[in-house]
This record gives sequence, C-alpha cells and structure tokens, in this order.
Amino acid sequence: MSSALLEIKGLKTFFFTRKGVVKAVDGVDLSIDEGDTLGLVGESGCGKSMTALSIMRLVPEPVGRIVEGEILFDGKDLANATEAEMRKIRGNRISMVFQEPMTSLNPVFKVGDQIAEAIQLHQEVSPKEAWGRSIEMLHLVGIPSPETRVNEYPHQMSGGMRQRVMIAMALSCRPKLMIADEPTTALDVTIQAQILDLINRLKERVGSSILLITHNLAVVAEVAQYVGVMYAGHIVEYGNVLRIFKNPRHPYTVGLFRSIPQKRRRTKKDRLQAISGLVPELLGLPAGCKFHDRCSEVSPRCREEGPPLLEVEPGHQVRCWLYG
Amino acid sequence: MEKVEVFIELKRNKTAMVGFVLILGLVILALIGPWISPYKPLALDPINRLKGPSWAHLFGTDSLGRDILSRVIYGSRISIVIGLIAVSISLIPGTVLGLVAGFYGRRVDEPIMRFMDIMLAFPAILLAIFITAILGPSLLNTMIAVGIVYIPHYARIVRSSVLSLKQQLFVQAVRSLGGSNLRILALHIFPNTVPPIIVYATLGMGTAVLQAAALGFLGLGAQPPTPEWGAMLSEGRQYIQNAPHVAAFPGLAIFMLVLGFNLFGDGLRDILDPSLR
Repeated sequence: MSSALLEIKGLKTFFFTRKGVVKAVDGVDLSIDEGDTLGLVGESGCGKSMTALSIMRLVPEPVGRIVEGEILFDGKDLANATEAEMRKIRGNRISMVFQEPMTSLNPVFKVGDQIAEAIQLHQEVSPKEAWGRSIEMLHLVGIPSPETRVNEYPHQMSGGMRQRVMIAMALSCRPKLMIADEPTTALDVTIQAQILDLINRLKERVGSSILLITHNLAVVAEVAQYVGVMYAGHIVEYGNVLRIFKNPRHPYTVGLFRSIPQKRRRTKKDRLQAISGLVPELLGLPAGCKFHDRCSEVSPRCREEGPPLLEVEPGHQVRCWLYG
Repeated sequence: MEKVEVFIELKRNKTAMVGFVLILGLVILALIGPWISPYKPLALDPINRLKGPSWAHLFGTDSLGRDILSRVIYGSRISIVIGLIAVSISLIPGTVLGLVAGFYGRRVDEPIMRFMDIMLAFPAILLAIFITAILGPSLLNTMIAVGIVYIPHYARIVRSSVLSLKQQLFVQAVRSLGGSNLRILALHIFPNTVPPIIVYATLGMGTAVLQAAALGFLGLGAQPPTPEWGAMLSEGRQYIQNAPHVAAFPGLAIFMLVLGFNLFGDGLRDILDPSLR
C-alpha cells in the first residue's frame, strides 16, 4: 500500500445555528492514496460537500466550524493551518471543481484571464506566459480551437464547455488532489460521460488524486477505486469499489443499489425500491444508529447505541451492528 | 455583456439616444462656448437692460444688460463640471463603503450602514444647505455638499449587489484557487457592481445639477457674477412679471441637461439590467 496523500481522522464539522448545533460532518475518517480516486456517495444533505469544504477550509465561518479531527495532507494538518498557509495550498496543491458550471465562472472576465489568474496566483510567470499556458490548458481539456475560445466570455460557452474550463483552472497548477463536487450533476447525460472520461484521463496526465463527490453510484463505478458511502454525517460503508458493488453490506448501501433502475427486473420483488422515509433532520438526529428508523433490519441495539466502523473483510468497513 | 453589444443596444434604444444627443449637444456647447458665444458673459450693457429676445440678443438681456445666451452657454460649462465632480464625490466613497460593508458584513456593515441611514433621514436639500452653511457659500463647496449628500445612495446600491454577488459560486471558486479576500473584492466582485453604478451615476448627474442649481438659487452656490444657471434663475425671479425670459432661459437649460441625463440613465438601465428585459 502506498502512502496516503490525504488522511482524515475523526473530522467533525458543526454548524452553530440559532436553532441548535447541526452536525454536518460527525466523525468522518477516510484516506486517499496517491493517484487514487475516492468516490464519496450519499443523499443530499448527508455531509459530502461539507467534508470537501472542510478539506479546503472553506466552511462558511463563523456559523460553521471544524470542531475536531485531523486533515493530514502530505503530512500537514490542514485543520490547524493558518489562512495564509491555506491560500498557498488552495488551487496549487488541492483544487476544487464545483457542481454548477453556469455560475462558477466570473461573468465579466474572459475565460483565458480566469485560467491565467489561477496560474499567476501560485506561480511567478509573466502575464503573457500565463496566457499561453491557459491556451495549453484549454487544449488539454479538449476545447476545440483554444486560441480563439480563450478570448470568450463564460456566457458564450455551454455548460459542458464551462465545466471543462473549470477543470482547466483546477488543474492549471498540477495539484496533488482535485476535489470534484458533483461535477457532472448539472450536465446532460452525454456530456457527463465526456467530463468523467476527461477527469479520468487528466488524472493520469497530471498525476493527481481525486475526491469525487456524487450521489450517483454509476459515476462512482466509472471512475473511482474506493468508495465511501455517507449518511447523516457518518461514513457508513467504506472500501474497494469492486467489493462494495459486488457485495454491499450496509442496509443503506443495499437500499441505494436497489433504487437504481435496472434493465432486467422480472418479478415483483425485483421492482424499483425506494428507501422509505426521509434523510433525518440534522438538528434532530435519532439516538443510536442514525439510520435505524429507515432500516429494514433494525434491532433493539440499533436504537440505543451507534455502531463503530467494523471490518467485514480486508479493506471493507461497515458501520452496522449486523456485522458486529 | 460586451462593450460592443452595449453600443448596439444603445443605438436601438430611442429614449437613451434622445438623452445622449441632449447631453452631447450641451457638452459640445460647453466645449466650444468661448468661440460661439456672441458676447462676454460678464460684459455689462446698462443701456440695454432687461431687453426681450431680439436678433442682437437671441435670449434677451438681464438686469445689468448682460447677454443671456452667452451666460447660458458659459453656464453649461459650470453645470456639467458640477455634475461630474459632485457625482465623483459621492460615487467613490459610496462605492468603497458599500463594497466593504457588504463584503465584510456584521461588525463592519452595521456601523457604516446605520450612519448612512442617518444621512438618508435628512431631506437632501436640507443636508446640502447645512453642509454649505458650514463650508461657506461657493461653487466648490456646492459640489462637495451635493456630493456628500448622495454618498449613502451609492453605498446602498453597491452593498446590495455585493451581498448577492458574494454568494455566487464564482467567488467560492476564486477562493478555492487561493484568492485572498482583497483580490476577490477588488478584482471579482467590484467589476460586477459597475453596471448598476454607471446607471445610478448617470441618473445622479441630473439630480446633482438640479441640487446645485437649487443651492445657487438660494444664494448658497456660485456667487454673482458667475453665470451659474441656478443663480441666474434666482436673479431672474425678481423680474418674472415684466421680463420672464431672464428666468426662463436658464431654467430651460437646466431642464434640458437634467432631462438628457435622466433619459440616458433610464435607457442605460434597460440595457444593463437584465432583470428588466
């Protein structure tokens, strides 16, 4: 096993609102090795994005705060880094691609200027050189005739194009880690495939690791080597993508798989099944296992005590009493 | 929107074009004034006092026999300069205050905006009179007074657009690339606030000219014998029964300039504000 590039231990990110404390991320552990892709899956509001923002230290303060835990990136704890240190890391060593390509570019600047800015923030290059590098980056992300498109404004581009530009910006300083927060959710299905393919290829070229956040299991299967399934601020299942897809253990993961439409469903039992109930309000989380009130295999123990992450087979961990 | 597009849209917008032509006409008049005005604006002619319009004096003469046309032409220079300077005096600090208040929020926002509220609570003309009374009546002080009075308007407009802009994803994106707060504010948020500022400043030019004229009318602005439109109006007031042209022509000039700025500003807003499309 190669050394971990990013290792998160017991991360807790809470929001202190007037109504109470929202535990958006409640003790997350995960690690990404160099060159690997980790897919973080879960429903809306389960804490995926907040985990990502915590790594970037972009949690909206002062309401939100990392209250506990370590975020070790290349041996350095980002949870305790100063703002100045973080500015040197952001965009340079860790970068991020967002969900909405339509609004993640500044409407008043040419895309070339925005990529050049990303480069000049971290590298001592002349404006002319940075501009040349932006053309190169546009070429790299597969935008046709980059010499002319570099002069365009974001509104002249389609969503897929803009997402490519965002990826170009994110990769312009060859970061060690790229966080992609639902990078394809806002795009057409055909464009989704192209973007995923692009991310996969560029990962090899640039040599970055990727933390891919999505609610789409198919996307994970496409690009990730490891999967973390999140529920209500916890990681409930973690492991190699093949193992989890072949043999999902946690009732929530099983439910997620059952709710994917499949080609061959013959019997009534094989019909599309939704997970009953709703994601719990993060303000009023149930005691014990956070999933117990929606779980089909709930036992009395689940209502009282939350399970720890248990190893069910090497490299496959599940947070469920079924295996404890 | 690109600059070229704005010009094309402007050409299509009739209101804006009428305003633009009015402004352009008066600006040209102001620029070439010394060469085309038939008389010196301060030249007295005691024999031809309060004469109505004639071929010798197209706009007639005032109580000291000065040619009103020449005075109106020279007055356009003063009024346009008043508009420009007064608007700059309110625009620059107003924008900075609005940017800072909107971006940093809470502890910075509260004191700034509450002070702006206090300023807004005074009737504009009263506050302007108050400031000129402190500084002393003069043309420069008029501009300062009118400028200060409108600072809160700019601060409010800029603050409100900053509040919505800072929630935008591109701000988060710049931050995720390692951009500092100052960079985000100056390089990414500020340029996006420019369109509403331009619109408001154009409309504000008209208001500033009007306010300055009002101060001039009250005797707090330009002092005689300066050919300032408001002051001319005030002088003409005494003769309104027998020689209405003395007040009418400077009044008409104020009307044209303010109308020009208002029409142009309205047109610009239609073009730059996408929500009105």
